Amino acid sequence: MPKKSFRQAVNEALRQEMERDPSVVVMGEDIAGGMGAPGEDDAWGGPLGVTKGLLAQFGRGRVLDTPISESAFIGAAAGAAATGLRPVADLMFVDFMGVCFDQIFNQAAKFRYMFGGKAKTPMVIRTMYGAGFRAASQHSQCLYPVFTHIPGLKVAIPSSPYEAKGLMIQAIRDDDPVIFFEHKAMYDDEEEVPDEAYTIPFGEANFLREGEDVTIVAIGRMVKFAREAADQLAREKIDCTVLDPRTTSPLDIGSILESVRETGRLVVVDEANPRCNMATDISAQAAEQAFDALKAPIRMVSPPHVPVPFSPALEDEFIPSVEKIGAAVRSVMAAPARRAA
Amino acid sequence: MPDIAPLTMPKLGLSMTEGQVAAWHKADGDKITAGEEIADIETPKITTALESPASGTLRRRLVGPGETVSVGALIGVLADPVTPDTEVEAFIEEWRARFAAEKAAEPEAAAPEQERVATPYGPIQVLEAGPAAAPPVVLIHGFGSDYQSFLLLQPLLASRLRTLAVDLPGHGGSTKELPGADPASLAKAVAAAMSARGIQAAHLVGHSLGAAVALALAEQEPARALALTLVSPAGLGPEINGEFIAGFLSARRPRALASVLAMLFADEQAPVGHEMVEAVLRAKRLDGAEAALSAIAAANFPEGRQAHSLRHVLADPARPVNVVWGRHDRIIPASHAAGLPPHVKVTIYEDAGHVAHMEKPDHLARLI
Amino acid sequence: MQLNRDDLLRAWREMRTIRAFEEHVHTEFAAGGIPGFVHLYAGEEASAVGVCMHLSDRDVIASTHRGHGHCIAKGCDVKAMMREIFGRAGGLCAGKGGSMHIADISRGMLGANGIVGGAPPLVCGAALTAKVRGTGGVAIAFCGDGGANQGTTAEGMNLASVWKLPAIFVIEDNGYAESTASAWSLAGDPVKRAEGYGMPGTRVDGRDFFAVHEAAGEAIERARKGEGPSLLHVKLERFFGHFEGDAMTYRAADEVARLRAERDCLASFRRRVTEAGLLDGAALDAIDREAAALIDEAVSEAKAAAFPRPAELLTDVYVSY
Repeated sequence: MPKKSFRQAVNEALRQEMERDPSVVVMGEDIAGGMGAPGEDDAWGGPLGVTKGLLAQFGRGRVLDTPISESAFIGAAAGAAATGLRPVADLMFVDFMGVCFDQIFNQAAKFRYMFGGKAKTPMVIRTMYGAGFRAASQHSQCLYPVFTHIPGLKVAIPSSPYEAKGLMIQAIRDDDPVIFFEHKAMYDDEEEVPDEAYTIPFGEANFLREGEDVTIVAIGRMVKFAREAADQLAREKIDCTVLDPRTTSPLDIGSILESVRETGRLVVVDEANPRCNMATDISAQAAEQAFDALKAPIRMVSPPHVPVPFSPALEDEFIPSVEKIGAAVRSVMAAPARRAA
Repeated sequence: MPDIAPLTMPKLGLSMTEGQVAAWHKADGDKITAGEEIADIETPKITTALESPASGTLRRRLVGPGETVSVGALIGVLADPVTPDTEVEAFIEEWRARFAAEKAAEPEAAAPEQERVATPYGPIQVLEAGPAAAPPVVLIHGFGSDYQSFLLLQPLLASRLRTLAVDLPGHGGSTKELPGADPASLAKAVAAAMSARGIQAAHLVGHSLGAAVALALAEQEPARALALTLVSPAGLGPEINGEFIAGFLSARRPRALASVLAMLFADEQAPVGHEMVEAVLRAKRLDGAEAALSAIAAANFPEGRQAHSLRHVLADPARPVNVVWGRHDRIIPASHAAGLPPHVKVTIYEDAGHVAHMEKPDHLARLI
Repeated sequence: MQLNRDDLLRAWREMRTIRAFEEHVHTEFAAGGIPGFVHLYAGEEASAVGVCMHLSDRDVIASTHRGHGHCIAKGCDVKAMMREIFGRAGGLCAGKGGSMHIADISRGMLGANGIVGGAPPLVCGAALTAKVRGTGGVAIAFCGDGGANQGTTAEGMNLASVWKLPAIFVIEDNGYAESTASAWSLAGDPVKRAEGYGMPGTRVDGRDFFAVHEAAGEAIERARKGEGPSLLHVKLERFFGHFEGDAMTYRAADEVARLRAERDCLASFRRRVTEAGLLDGAALDAIDREAAALIDEAVSEAKAAAFPRPAELLTDVYVSY
C-alpha cells in the first residue's frame, strides 16, 4: 500500500469527496493563492500546501479564495451549509477563532437546536493547531477544548495520515458542523493510506496497543508521543494501553472507562493548556464513573498554564514529551496500591 | 540428522524482516522430535508456533521471551546429548559470524508488492510472487479476508511456483462493485484477473468461500483448473457458523472483532495479532466494502446455512483434488469432508481449525 | 414590478398581520404570558413586506433580533410563530428558539438572530449556495443601524462584492441601537459605505412601502442577473422600545405619539391607495378584521398549547451523535 503524508491524506480526502459530491466546496485564505496577482494560479494551494491542485481540477467556482475576513467566510460557510452546500472552510490557524468565533458557536453550532431540528449544517472547518513551529503565542495553541465545550459542534483530531483521511471523509459526509484539527508539525508524517475512500466513524476510540498496567489516553500529536513512551515502558515491563479518542466530541468515554477498569491506572496526555482541557475532562469523568477501579491517582500530562513561548529553548520545555509521559506512567505504577474501603 | 542443527527465526510472510520469540514451550535439555512445537513466534501481523525442523536435544535457547531478532537469526541449537558444549559453542559462534557476513554482503531483496489489475469487472488486486516460468498457483481467500490470508503459505510456495494471490471483489484492494455475490459470479472476476496476468490455467488453492469460488471456476471453465486444493471449503455441505458471519459483519471495534476472528483458529486462546485485526477493520471501512460483504454473506450464507452446493464439481476423476480440513474447524465442520469421491485426497489436521493455511502452512505447502 | 390589486391587498394583509401580531405580543408580554426577551417590529412593516414581496422560497433572508416582521413577510406560519414565542410545543422551532431565533428554513427564513450583525456573513453563504447551484435565488441580510456598525457587516459586504454574490444588505435604521441614537453611532453615511465596497447603495424612506418595494426590486433584479450585491439604507420608525419592558427614557416625551401620528407606514399606504382609487376602504377594513381575528386565534391557541415534554431538552442538538 502506498505511503502518504498527512498533507496528501487530507488533500486526497478533499479531492475524492469533491469528485463524489458536487455540493462540496472549499474556501479560505490562500486556499489556492495568488488570486488577482500577476504570478501563478494555485500559487500556495493552502497556507501549507494541503489544498494544492484542487483549483486545477475543480475550478474557481468550487475552490474559493477569500479576503482575510474570517468572520465573513466562516459565517458564509455556515450559511451555505444551512442552505444546501457542504463547505470545507480553512480557518488557517485555530488561534484566529478570536475574530470569527460568533459565526461558529452562536450560529453554525446552534442552528439545529434553535430551529427545532429543522436545520442541518454540514460544514467542516479545517484548522491548524499545536506548538513546535516556533510560531509563538498567537499561532501555536491547542484550542480544541473550547470547541468541545460547545453543544452542536463535533471535534475531530486525527493522530496520523490514515486517521486524517478517514476522519476527513467522515467529517465532510457528516450532517453536523465539524471542527477538524490538523497539527502543523504532522503534515510530513507518512504512513500507508489506502487509495480508496473510507470513513472512520466519530466517537469510536482507537486502541493502538493494549496492556494490563496503565491506560494512556492521548490526543492528536500526543498519540505518537504516547506510543513511543509505551514502547520504551514495555522494555521496563510496564505494559500500557494507548487510546486515541479520535474525536473529543463525541467522546468515546465508554472505551476509556472500560480500559481504566482493566488497568486501574490512567494517564491523560493533552497538548492543550491545563485548565479545563481534555485531560481534566477525561480525568473527571474517570474519577466520577470508575473511582472504584482506580489503583493510583490519575496523572495529567499537559503544558503549564502559560502562553506558547517563542524561543526554542522555552517552547521545547512547554510541549509534553515522551520523557514526561514516561515519568507520569512510572509515577502511577509506583503509587502505593489504594486499600479497598 | 547432523550432529548439530540450528533453530532460526522463520520468515512469516513476504514482507517480514524481524520477529519476536514470544514464548518457549521447551527448556534446555528437553528431547525434541521433528515437527514438535517448541516456541511461539510473534510479528505484528500474526503469532504462530515454530515447529522443530529436526529431532534432537534442545541444547541452547539464544533468544529470551520477548526479544526481537532478524529473520534467519539463530534463536536456538539442537544437538545430540553427547555432543560436547565446546562444539555447540563453536557452532554458534561460526553460525553467527556467517550470518552477519551474509547479511552485510547481500542487501534484502525487495518484497513483491500487491498491484491492481484492470478487468471487465473492475480493478482486482493481486500479489504475485515466485519465478514467472514456474507452474502457476492461484490463491483465493475466504469471506472477509484478502490476499494476506496467504501470508504464511505464499512465500513457501513462491520458492518453486508462480503464485498469484487474488483479492475477491468486495474484498481488500479489489473493486467493491460485485459482478454478482454467488461463487459463480466471483469466479468470473478471478478468471479475469488470471487472464490479465497471462495465466490461462493453474492449480487453484481456495480457502472457505474462496474454495467455493475455485469450484465454481472449475465448473465454468474446466480447463483453467489443473488441480484443486480446497482448505475448509464452502460448498460441500449445508452448515456454517452464522454467528461468525454475523459477528464479522457487525464488529466495528478491535476487541469485538478479535474475539470473532479467534473462532478461525483451533486454539480458542489464539492471540489474533493487533495488525491483523486492524487490517480487517480498515478493509471494512473502505467505501462500499460493508455493503459488498453483506451482499456476499446474504447470497452465500443466508441465516447461518450455505446456499450453494458444489460437490458435483469434484466428480471428474482426471483432476487431482486435495481437500484439507482442521478437526477443530469452528466455522465449517470437518464432517463435510466425508463421502467425497475416491480420487479426492482428504487430509484432516487434528490440531487445526478453519485456517489450516495459517495454522499448518508447511504441511499444506508440501501437499501442493 | 407593477403592483396589481391582488399585490396591494397582499401587501396590506401582510403589514396588518405584522402590526396585529406585534401589538398582541406587546399586550401578552405585559400580562406576563411570554417568557424571555421580545423585540417588536411595529412601525417598520413596509420594509419587510416591501422587500419580501419580491421573493419566493428559493430566496433566503436572515434577520435580526427584531425578526417577527421578516418572518411573516417571508411566509412563515403565524400560529406556529405565536406558539414559539409562548415557548410551546408545536412552535415554529419546537419551543427551542423563541422570539430571537425564530426561523423556518423551508421558507428560506434563516432565522432571527440574537447576535447583532449575525446575518451578513450567513447571507453571503446562502447567496453562494444560490450561485454555485445556479438557482437564480438571492439572499438578503436585514440588519439594524446597530448591526451596520459590526465588523461582520463590513466583512460580509466586502466578501459579497469580491465574490460578486447575489446578496442584498438591508440596513433598517430605526434611529436607535438599543438606547443609543444612530445619529450619533452611525458615522458617515451607509450609502457611501456601500459605494466604498463597490456596490450600489440607495437611501429609502421606510414609511413609504412603494419606495421600499421599488428600490428592493431593482437591487434584487440586479442580483438575479449576476451583477452582484447592493445595499438599501431604509430610514424607519420603531413604535415600541428596544425590548418589551424598555421604559424608553432616552426618547423625547411625545416622540412615539408623534411618529405614530405622522410617520406610520400603514396609514401612509392606506391613504395612498385609497386616494388613488386603487383599493377601497371597505376592502382594507375587511382585511384588518381578518388579520385581527387570525392573531386573536393564534394567541388563544398558543396559550392553550402544551409545553414541550422534558425529553425534548435533549433532542435536535445533532443530526447524529
